[in-house]
Amino acid sequence: MILTIARKEIKSMFLSPLAWVILAVIQAILGYMFLAQIENFFILQPQLIQLENTPGVTDIIVAPIFSLAAIILLMIMPLVTMRILAEEKKNKTINLLFSAPISISQLVLGKFLGLLFFIIILTSLLMLMPLSLLLGTALDLGKLFSIYIAMLLLLGSFAAIGMYLSSLTDNQTIAAVSTFGALLMLWIIDWVSDSLGQGQGVVSYLSLLKHHQTLLEGVFKSTDIAYYLLIMILFIGLTIRQLDSDRLQH
Amino acid sequence: MDAPIDIKQPPLIRVEKLSRLYGDTVAVNQVSFDLNKGEVLGFLGPNGAGKSTSMQMITGSLAPTAGQITINGFDLIDDPIKAKSCIGYLPENPPVYRELTVDEYLTYCARLHRLSRTELTPALQEAKEHCGLEEVGHRLIGNLSKGFQQRVGIAQAIIHQPPVVILDEPTVGLDPIQIREIRSLIKSLGQNRSVILSTHILPEVQATCDRVQIIRRGELIYNASIDELNQRGKGNHLTVAFTQPPNQQTLEDVDGVKTVTSIDPQRYQIQFEADDFAMFLVEISVQNQWGLFELIPDNTSLEEIFVELTTAETPADVEENAA
Repeated sequence: MILTIARKEIKSMFLSPLAWVILAVIQAILGYMFLAQIENFFILQPQLIQLENTPGVTDIIVAPIFSLAAIILLMIMPLVTMRILAEEKKNKTINLLFSAPISISQLVLGKFLGLLFFIIILTSLLMLMPLSLLLGTALDLGKLFSIYIAMLLLLGSFAAIGMYLSSLTDNQTIAAVSTFGALLMLWIIDWVSDSLGQGQGVVSYLSLLKHHQTLLEGVFKSTDIAYYLLIMILFIGLTIRQLDSDRLQH
Repeated sequence: MDAPIDIKQPPLIRVEKLSRLYGDTVAVNQVSFDLNKGEVLGFLGPNGAGKSTSMQMITGSLAPTAGQITINGFDLIDDPIKAKSCIGYLPENPPVYRELTVDEYLTYCARLHRLSRTELTPALQEAKEHCGLEEVGHRLIGNLSKGFQQRVGIAQAIIHQPPVVILDEPTVGLDPIQIREIRSLIKSLGQNRSVILSTHILPEVQATCDRVQIIRRGELIYNASIDELNQRGKGNHLTVAFTQPPNQQTLEDVDGVKTVTSIDPQRYQIQFEADDFAMFLVEISVQNQWGLFELIPDNTSLEEIFVELTTAETPADVEENAA
């Protein structure tokens, strides 16, 4: 049942040009960055050779690209998630799902899984760029895998937050803007932490991208993984609650 | 004339003291009714009377403020999935995805209702056949006319062959030919399943339903079989035409006549009270050689019942108006 909804979701996404445009734009921007980064590497190479314990290709080319990808996707994910529930509410197709013999949890999980499919497609396409380097050089595949997982977790939490905000309104633009605001807030929240002194630990812990950074460096800390999983579970739970109370209030 | 109560066969839908508030506004107030197997129930009421709200509650799209709904023996709150699987629902706006084709959409709906892969193809064929959609299976729903979208909505409601089909104003936006087709479709549905049909169009109820309920401002104010309603509506108005018309006074003096209105020099409209008045009038007209050549029972009074019931002022209204 969850799969049925997820399949429909991914189909609807790719039936509109939005998904294609998003994939193309991201691919183009990061492709350009990728080439620039390779160019950089050639300039740096003579100096690197003289160093002991030099960072490898994966550190110099791949990690910065995905660092940038995270920021670009922070701006783009709201566009992917905005329609997920707001559109159903606007077109009243949500009634079809409410009157079907499925529970609200199944409905929300199906929707989230649909978004997750899209994220996997997106991330896998991005991964092809660094993998193409395998033709010419050796890569740290373990690190690459860590980056892949990091992207999935980060984008998964973006999607969960976006889905919740989409469930609050029947206006897609409002859903997109508020998602963007929320994600941006969670990104910059640790910028002030230096001047905070006491509460520093907590505030910087909330930052979405801080946890991302350690994973990009190839450090697989269970606290980071737990952080993302908790964000996802929290917002999926909130979405279920919201849809349930929609039936009460209207 | 109550039908004998069959204890072995409980009603398919039992609604008890259903209420719904929107803030302080009472949309539905203490509505109770049963729907039996094979019955087509017309839910009649003016706009904003609470029809759609009731339908939404019965189908689980809206939670009731108070009251209980049992579908096929399953409580809608305790056992929502089993209860909902017995229902096919067409909301006011057909819940269609414009970006899908008719086939894709109906397949999705069938899957949502847990039809297995093998059941799917025949169910899809049958639903399309029923609703006259064979020709448009590969077209995008967004490009179809309103009438066809409405049919897709109905097909969606019957694809899983539910024992109860709930249709909320199914003929809105259709042309007269389509309306006829939909009505005959509803009639054919009524042969092996139960249907609840909400509408504000009176002839629709007369044409398709076995039983009528009239709802006004959230309260159920009338509940009767269609025969009773017809009985009540028929019979007290006649349009008659004579070749040698008697004058109005003569007609008014005939036994059982209440009022006489002249339509044109040959025609009168007569309101009467007595039983078998038509027969009586024919006899009198033969005796007096009035040359009766037209006798049409008027059913407009059915509409009058509806208007009378739905616009009658309650004591509260009178007070309100006075204040």
